[in-house]
Amino acid sequence: MNIVIVGLSHKTAPVEIREKVAFPPTEMEAPLQQLLALPSISEALIVSTCNRVELYVISRQSSAAVVEMRQFLAAFHGLDIEKLQEHLYDLEGTAAIQHVLRVASSLDSMVIGEPQILGQIKTAYGYACEYKTAGLILNRFLRKAFSVAKRVRNETAIASNAVSVSFAAVELARKIFDSLDNKTVLLIGAGEMCELAAKHFVNNGVSKVLVTNRTFSRAEKLAEEFDGTAVNFDNFQEQLHRVDIVLSSTGAPDYVLNAKKLKEICKDRRYKPMFLIDIAVPRDIDPAAGKLDCIYLYDVDDLQGVVQANLKERGKEAAKAELIIKDEVAQFQSWLATLEVKPTIVALRQQFEQVRRAEIERTLSSLSGLSDKERKAVESMSCAIINKILHHPTHVLKQATNGDDGSLYLDAVRTLFALPDPVEQDSDIE
Amino acid sequence: MGTMSLLFSLTTLIYLVASILYIVAMVTKKQSASRIGRWVLLVGVIFHATCFGVRHSTVGGTPVTSLHESLAFFAWCLILLFLLLDLRFRLSVMGAFAAPLAFLLMVASVLSPNVVVQLNPVLQSWLFPVHITFAFLGNAAFALSFGAGVMYLIQNRMLKSKSFTGIYQVLPSLDVLDKVNYTCLSVGFPLMTLGIISGAFWANTAWGTYWSWDPKETWALLTWILYAALLHGRLTIGWRGRKAAIFSIVAFMFLLFTYLGVNLLLDGYHTFEAFALL
Repeated sequence: MNIVIVGLSHKTAPVEIREKVAFPPTEMEAPLQQLLALPSISEALIVSTCNRVELYVISRQSSAAVVEMRQFLAAFHGLDIEKLQEHLYDLEGTAAIQHVLRVASSLDSMVIGEPQILGQIKTAYGYACEYKTAGLILNRFLRKAFSVAKRVRNETAIASNAVSVSFAAVELARKIFDSLDNKTVLLIGAGEMCELAAKHFVNNGVSKVLVTNRTFSRAEKLAEEFDGTAVNFDNFQEQLHRVDIVLSSTGAPDYVLNAKKLKEICKDRRYKPMFLIDIAVPRDIDPAAGKLDCIYLYDVDDLQGVVQANLKERGKEAAKAELIIKDEVAQFQSWLATLEVKPTIVALRQQFEQVRRAEIERTLSSLSGLSDKERKAVESMSCAIINKILHHPTHVLKQATNGDDGSLYLDAVRTLFALPDPVEQDSDIE
Repeated sequence: MGTMSLLFSLTTLIYLVASILYIVAMVTKKQSASRIGRWVLLVGVIFHATCFGVRHSTVGGTPVTSLHESLAFFAWCLILLFLLLDLRFRLSVMGAFAAPLAFLLMVASVLSPNVVVQLNPVLQSWLFPVHITFAFLGNAAFALSFGAGVMYLIQNRMLKSKSFTGIYQVLPSLDVLDKVNYTCLSVGFPLMTLGIISGAFWANTAWGTYWSWDPKETWALLTWILYAALLHGRLTIGWRGRKAAIFSIVAFMFLLFTYLGVNLLLDGYHTFEAFALL
């Protein structure tokens, strides 16, 4: 039994392709049932997000399954398989297990560590459960993926730092003020990024928002959105001593705030620190002000720098996460192997037992005049032969599940002794 | 002596374990590690107190008369004060400074000759333990204020130079560091004042004069004036942040000289030899 994946993601396909292959979340029953109906597939799940479309299936014949899944993807969406093929990847066995664990832990995401993907996979699993296309192995596997994702989140700092510019501003402010409670924000101008940053600030505890704009009505409109106060542009500087955080993005050709004014304001504020973000180009705030002790002034590039630094930090954490995943892949692999070992050993013994019985019966019926005691002796001798012969192979099979080539031995034994496919014996497991 | 040196080594080891826990807590931002660190330090401070008690009964007097004993006592005061302040204020980040400093003080104590100096009978007084306790608790508070000041300057530098990696991620916010710096200053100043006053009374019982411009007294007064100026600047002029951090670092340098430099380099009542000879 193998986990097989066919799919595409932001790494292999542009958005024009991805949108064509996506499955609408409201109509998952049909594709899931069609996928499960394919001859070499015994369990199926479809993950479809804006960044990836992946089919997870359980199959006994991996290569056949891959071909069927590719055809299914193309046919279902009415696409040319030749064109689609170049964007598709397929994975099986260890690589497939590893892939799913990495995806669930957000290591394969466009923005590493982003939290949405786990929820999306949970939803996909929900559909597979609802339409009964997930069986024993996928159930266990997906639950494993969720717990690994949780472990990665808890044991590494992969998602702890901001990776958007507007949130980076909040994070930076926290390194100055610690808590943003009871702080006052002033928005100068009405840039989209400022607005977004202001939203983040309000969500993180900022209690008072002042808005100023050359066009007073626009200031009023924006102020309303934040439950704040509009300030006349001509005298907004009079309010500055009450302001802890300034977000500026006007279209003004000159500085809206000069260093001299800010120096005065520092004094009025008894040198309490002030955090200013200048998103405007050309800039609104004299960069020289940044040299003042109590002024912490940043422009767009600086915030971009925070984002870059955080992404780098996430990269480091991702390396830790990969180790966790490696460990978990091995664990799941060995569970998967034991899943098949037991039925194989049982089938092997059954077959030997059948041969033994048939031969014993034949021999004993042709030998008359044996005492009960002698009959018993012959029988127990035949049992002993079988036990002795099977002792070592059984041991090897059990051991092999711990290694990578476990399924190799299982396949060999099944082929050599023409054992029946253990699929029908699934109910014996667990 | 066997029990005592065992307790001493154990205490040193406990401070090391706590240091590691607090540093891990700071780097990984896991509060659980600093909570464990706090309990470990509590155990350490109790062990250390026991060690101190054993030495007290062996020596037959307050055992803070040699450099060896004094450094260890400093470490104990530092941890005790840190734990007390941590109960009241948000101070756990300072554990990553206090615990390693206590560990280093213990190591320095081990490296300095372990001698027992019998206090001159003239100096035997209940004011001796009172004096040193106030003085060392004050020192401990100022050491913490110094640590917060250094951290502030580093973090401020990171913020101003816009380098947002490494230590920037690890250090707490400027606001927290400035508050810790101020809290320790406002706790340390009255302690130091009481230390100086009790010292004066002690001097009076021993030699019949409250103040004799002994080098230790002179330097202590100078340090006291510096800290008074800093406290004043903070309360009335609105000194804070970088300026206050630098000031507290400079003042601590004076304090270090008052504590160690005077005893080791200058002559006077306070040299460790003088305790016995005088």
